[in-house]
Amino acid sequence: MGSKMEFQTHISIKNLNVYYSSEFVLKNINLDIPDKKITVIIGPSGCGKTTLLKSLNRLLDPVNGVRVEGKVFVDRENIYESMTEVTHIRKKMGLLSQRPQVLPMSIYDNVAYGPRIHGNKEKSKLDIIVEHYLKVAGLWDEVKSRLSQPASRLSMGQQQRLCLARGLAVEPEIILGDEPTSALDPQSSQNVERRLIELKTDYTIIVVTHILRQAKRIADYIAFLYLGELVEHGPAQEIFENPRDPRTKAYLTGEIS
Amino acid sequence: MMKPNKRKFEEGFFKLLMGVSTILVIGILLLIIGTIVWKSLAVFKLSMILRTPQGGYYLGKEGGILNAIVGSFYLASGATVISIFLSLPIVLYLNLYTKKSSAASLLTRFSFDVLWGVPSIVYGAFGFIIMIFLGLRASLLAGMVTVALLELPIMSRAMDEVVRMVPLELQDASYSLGATKLETALKVVVRQSLPGILTAILLAFGRGIGDAASVLFTAGFSDRIPTSLSQPAATLPLAIFFQLGTPFPEVQERAYASAAILTMIILLISIVSRVLIKRYTKHLVR
Amino acid sequence: MKERRRLRLLKDLLARRVMFLLTAVPGLVVLLMIFGLFQKSRPILAVKSVSDLLFSLSWHPLKGEFGFLPFIMGTLWVTFVALILAVPVSLLTAIYLSEYAPKFIREYTKPVIDLLAGIPSVVYGVWGVLVVVPLVGNRLSPLFGVYSSGYCVLSGGIVLAIMILPTIIHVSQEVFSTVPYEIREASLSLGATRWETTKHVVLRKGLQGIIAAVVLGLSRAFGETMAVLMVVGNVAKVPKSIFDGAYPLPALIANNYGEMLSVPLYDSALLLAALILLFVVLSFNILARYILIKAEKKAE
Repeated sequence: MGSKMEFQTHISIKNLNVYYSSEFVLKNINLDIPDKKITVIIGPSGCGKTTLLKSLNRLLDPVNGVRVEGKVFVDRENIYESMTEVTHIRKKMGLLSQRPQVLPMSIYDNVAYGPRIHGNKEKSKLDIIVEHYLKVAGLWDEVKSRLSQPASRLSMGQQQRLCLARGLAVEPEIILGDEPTSALDPQSSQNVERRLIELKTDYTIIVVTHILRQAKRIADYIAFLYLGELVEHGPAQEIFENPRDPRTKAYLTGEIS
Repeated sequence: MMKPNKRKFEEGFFKLLMGVSTILVIGILLLIIGTIVWKSLAVFKLSMILRTPQGGYYLGKEGGILNAIVGSFYLASGATVISIFLSLPIVLYLNLYTKKSSAASLLTRFSFDVLWGVPSIVYGAFGFIIMIFLGLRASLLAGMVTVALLELPIMSRAMDEVVRMVPLELQDASYSLGATKLETALKVVVRQSLPGILTAILLAFGRGIGDAASVLFTAGFSDRIPTSLSQPAATLPLAIFFQLGTPFPEVQERAYASAAILTMIILLISIVSRVLIKRYTKHLVR
Repeated sequence: MKERRRLRLLKDLLARRVMFLLTAVPGLVVLLMIFGLFQKSRPILAVKSVSDLLFSLSWHPLKGEFGFLPFIMGTLWVTFVALILAVPVSLLTAIYLSEYAPKFIREYTKPVIDLLAGIPSVVYGVWGVLVVVPLVGNRLSPLFGVYSSGYCVLSGGIVLAIMILPTIIHVSQEVFSTVPYEIREASLSLGATRWETTKHVVLRKGLQGIIAAVVLGLSRAFGETMAVLMVVGNVAKVPKSIFDGAYPLPALIANNYGEMLSVPLYDSALLLAALILLFVVLSFNILARYILIKAEKKAE
């Protein structure tokens, strides 16, 4: 690959194949995700980007008819080993979905949900956690006076930031973003992008997007997925300025979308 | 590390309860059908379904329940036909001629909801009132009308669910060829939703043939097969009820066989409607 | 050609008018039903006060006494027992089918539940007499040190519970299916177990719908006649325990239609009972629909 980027590998995907009812969705993916950097997965819609993301926190498990083969190493542990505890793995990864999915409870309870489930029931501790992560997500000032109101009353942009706070509250190491700004207005999108960039000092971030400009703005590392295959990957600058594969070139110039 | 164990335990506990519940539900169905069939085997004679009751049937003498079988079929068929002539036009009107939010549409659908919840004994009482009001006696006709009312909301709701799924583009395609609304309704919409409509009819028929409370007051009872609408008619559900109510154990046992016959009829209807759905779904426009 | 066209348009217009008229029928039936029952109840309402009818314990038609309380209590007892038995089983089954079961189990249990719903009332009654009554009379009541013939509230409750299972299961399943899949994913991705997700997210979101499902089951239980009648004993006294006989309201109407016309005011009393039944059931149904509609609006 000849990349000029030195990095530690946080997640190592080896020979990942995902089938849905005997049809390939992901073919033989081999990818190392760098630690504490923003990796952006780009590619046309329907090519398996979201599937790849979901295979990292084993959200494919409950789906009927899906088969996963291969290994995914997180910190050298294969998460698909049958002995591993699934909730433990998911806790390591926070997921930010395309459309903000607030839980049917108050703003406070949304953020406190994760910590409560994992054993933290003391109110004083939870208060600190809720305040801290709402601040990190940039939402604290807007909601501090109405924490007990239903989360569904927030605007879309606020809801997405709430989901971010909620996801961070379980203290993951990795943040997964599935087109996290596509349902938001430009102002809120900018907001979320800025947060992600700030967060990369402490977290490894993987974002899926079909907006090339967004990728250019935030990516340190790029992986291009086309029709279920990992076509090319490398440091962002390299891929954007010097793509090797003709398919990558075609996608970047807008010929295929 | 104690916490994960407690969480797992709670999940495991409820999963067990869930499994038990589901098995219980399935098991109960099998138990009911099994018990009825098993008990009826001992008593079942072909003469039961081929003969009408001879004098003193309910006192243990000879005969069969042919009167009730035929009576029930006449009654349920008549009721279902009446119901079709009401349900189908109404459902077509609601879906093709009115907007969902119009007063007629809302009121009618609300009325259907109301009627759907009315217990069958109230239908029976109402049918009885009408009978008295019109000076009719307990007869096949009175029973048909009452059961038709009972079936109406069931059939309409089921039909409505299918007809409303016919895509607007399909209707528009027909209109743009110059068809009138009536022609579109009959030739396109009905054809498209035919399997669902047939299922709705079968569903209502099954309900109508099995119901006792609505015919209790209105259809009367008779040892003979009715030859005209104004005669009283025996029905299977009532035959079962009366047979079980006699003090003679031999007659009581016949009730089991009659119940088995009624259950088989319902089962048959259920299977037929499932088969119908599978077969005719080929012709649908997707 | 023009003639043909005019004919088609005429047919269309005629059909439209006819259909419009027919559409008025359901509403008319509802009104007629209420009106008719009310008219027939007036004779007895003219003679006895409402509180007399609803709260008096003595039911002696030949003496002109028509106290409905034993029957109302009978209905309440049986319905209550049925709910206690049916609600946990239905909810657990609905949750299992909706959140945990693989596709093929879901597909194979659907016909089972539909069939349970389709079995006629009398058949349930026969089965109740065959299986439930001996079970309660010979096995269960001795366990509690009570003598019972088996024709009692408990038997009625058991049979009724089985009959309302399909209603509650079906509506609950529909409620669960309106909860978007992504919200379950959000909970799972925070490291919650499937059960925690069900408990905190699905059930919470679907709570109103579940209440509606139970209310619908309740209203079905209230109006159910034949099966309960056959196993409940038909004793016109307020039950003191689940092993006592009872006489629910629908059974009262069904059992006595024969004597109705021979005793003065008897028919009026029974039709008043039918009217009461109608109102109670309708109120529950409308309540349930209202809850469901409100829950749907909230979800938007």
